[in-house]
Amino acid sequence: MSNTLIDLKDIYKTYHMGDIDVPVLKGISMSIKQGEFVALMGSSGSGKSTLMNILGCLDRPSSGKYYLDGEEISSLSNDGRAEIRNLKLGFVFQSFNLLPRVSAFENIIMPLAYARCHVSTKEALAKGIQLLNQFGLTERSRHEPSRLSGGQQQRVAIARSLVCDPQILFADEPTGNLDSKTGIEVLDLFKRLNREKGITILMVTHDIEVAMHAQRIIHIKDGLIDGTYAGAEKK
Amino acid sequence: MKIKVAIVTSLNSLRRNPMRALLTTLGIVIGIASVITMMEIGQGSSEAIKKVISGMGANSIIIFPESSMSFGVRYGAGGVKTLTPDDCKAIIKECPSVRNAAPLVYARGQVVYGSKNWSPSSIMGSNPGFLDVRDWENMSEGECFTDRDVMNANRVCVIGRTVAKELFENECPVDKEIRILNVPFKVVGVLSPKGANMMGMDQDDIIIAPWTTVKYRVSGSGQNLINQAATTSAAASTVNSTSSIYPNTAVKFYPDQSTVQIANYMMYTRFANISQIFAAAKSSEEVDSAIREITQLLRQRHHLKDGAPNDFTIRNLNEILNTLTKTTKLVTNLLLCIAMVSLLVGGVGIMNIMLVCVSERTREIGIRMAVGARQRDILRQFLTEAVILCLAGGIIGIIIGHGGSMILAGILGWPMSASPEAITLAFAVSAGVGIAFGYYPAWKASKLDPIEALRYE
Repeated sequence: MSNTLIDLKDIYKTYHMGDIDVPVLKGISMSIKQGEFVALMGSSGSGKSTLMNILGCLDRPSSGKYYLDGEEISSLSNDGRAEIRNLKLGFVFQSFNLLPRVSAFENIIMPLAYARCHVSTKEALAKGIQLLNQFGLTERSRHEPSRLSGGQQQRVAIARSLVCDPQILFADEPTGNLDSKTGIEVLDLFKRLNREKGITILMVTHDIEVAMHAQRIIHIKDGLIDGTYAGAEKK
Repeated sequence: MKIKVAIVTSLNSLRRNPMRALLTTLGIVIGIASVITMMEIGQGSSEAIKKVISGMGANSIIIFPESSMSFGVRYGAGGVKTLTPDDCKAIIKECPSVRNAAPLVYARGQVVYGSKNWSPSSIMGSNPGFLDVRDWENMSEGECFTDRDVMNANRVCVIGRTVAKELFENECPVDKEIRILNVPFKVVGVLSPKGANMMGMDQDDIIIAPWTTVKYRVSGSGQNLINQAATTSAAASTVNSTSSIYPNTAVKFYPDQSTVQIANYMMYTRFANISQIFAAAKSSEEVDSAIREITQLLRQRHHLKDGAPNDFTIRNLNEILNTLTKTTKLVTNLLLCIAMVSLLVGGVGIMNIMLVCVSERTREIGIRMAVGARQRDILRQFLTEAVILCLAGGIIGIIIGHGGSMILAGILGWPMSASPEAITLAFAVSAGVGIAFGYYPAWKASKLDPIEALRYE
């Protein structure tokens, strides 16, 4: 169990809509090992986004335990979870969620401004330049997101998620807004990061073809794990 | 998140919409500008008032004889002359807080030069020290008479600008001879123009001569101010018939005093008495101690017993100065209150726009929170933005306000003086407004739920 990164124990999540309780997650237990590339699948309304939010420390489970890297997360304060998000997690969204009217470069180094550990301006710049080079965005560094293509925007978003050297990358429908060719490029990028840097990747998708790029597919239906399958990618 | 980073971030987001930022700060700009203008003009006026009063003789102390009373009839201030030139000398010598003092006697009457004549509002007899007491040493022409002139009762005088204009027009008055109540005087100097005093009296309509000359050589001065009841009995003028229609002596209300009565209610007669003593304290702080010293000295010199009332009155212009400064301060504060209201309105404007900003940038807040911004980071960012807006508004306001008061000073001739306190205050107030009115929107932003914020369209 030493290399288990995420361990969920009986996670429930219930939303209160006025007087009615809406249960979304009904007891999910699962674990993800360090260095895995996992796809979370399910139709809309299955609770996969809620699970993703809990895993990404954006939300708290109603009950259950969430161990991240051996640390109990679900009872942490807002600020504590913000720190975890900053240091250990990276997010890639379907709609990229880049800051508008801010250059690609500044978007990439933005999370460093919130880093608890001291990052000097010089280090931040060096890190940003390195990531720009890595993702082939050097020529676009001064461009605002609105002047970048979808694939470029997603690459900027991935670069941003990696700037704090996270252990896990959460990708919420990363290919949803991209055409199939750039979608494949992004997925290849994920696979490369997973292989070369050992970053654990958790990807939410409803597209089986996209999910097949992962090593393991967890299928969710009505707030419960419906089944786990092996993906096309070899471990 | 370091303050520097917060400032850079805030500046970047403000730069995205410069027009709106400008309009948002407009309220603060107007508020601060009016505060600065009010304070500078207010301070300028109170300084101008101080200058007017110090022009009348800064730190002046005026010593009058007390009113006299005989047989229950009181004669008003100056009814008796209890002050002597020796009192004046003693004050200079023995009161350490007094810078200088001068005796004063008055005369009134016609002044003639050639074919022109004029009646100055004051003809004063004094000594050269008077000009020092009144801060009037600068002569525009000639020189002042000397102490030797005073000792010899020489017929010399200095005249004010107005008198010079009325009698001499464009001629040079120095060394010309004028006649004051038919006594010839040589003009030795012309005083520099001083303008009107607070009451609107022309201070340049003046002739100053040695007090000895005015007292002993100018007829009619001095005597007719002395206690009338004591003097009229002697003067009998029933020479011609017109004088019974237009009596030239005061009506006698009381029967003449017998020798015994005079012996019982003796009026002290001093041969060289003066109307006033004009003294100046070394500084405005020393006015009070100077008054104390003079009171003590004069009581001693006049042989007043303990408990007996003073036979003199001491007044100082500080009282007037204080009143007037208080008045201008009151007006300035009133205007300041109005300016504060406009600052308040400006602050509400900032709050309004910041609230709009927060809801407009909900998604940005969500993104920042997702990558690890804590609540206090978001709070700090929006607060910094509001404070920067307000401080920028404050700086622009200070410039506009200072410029405005300079323009007002230039066009309307209003006095103004730059006030560092006003600028410091304006800075503090604009930062305060930024914090006070920026806090609520910033707090609202920091309380956003990251999931909701990310979903926000």
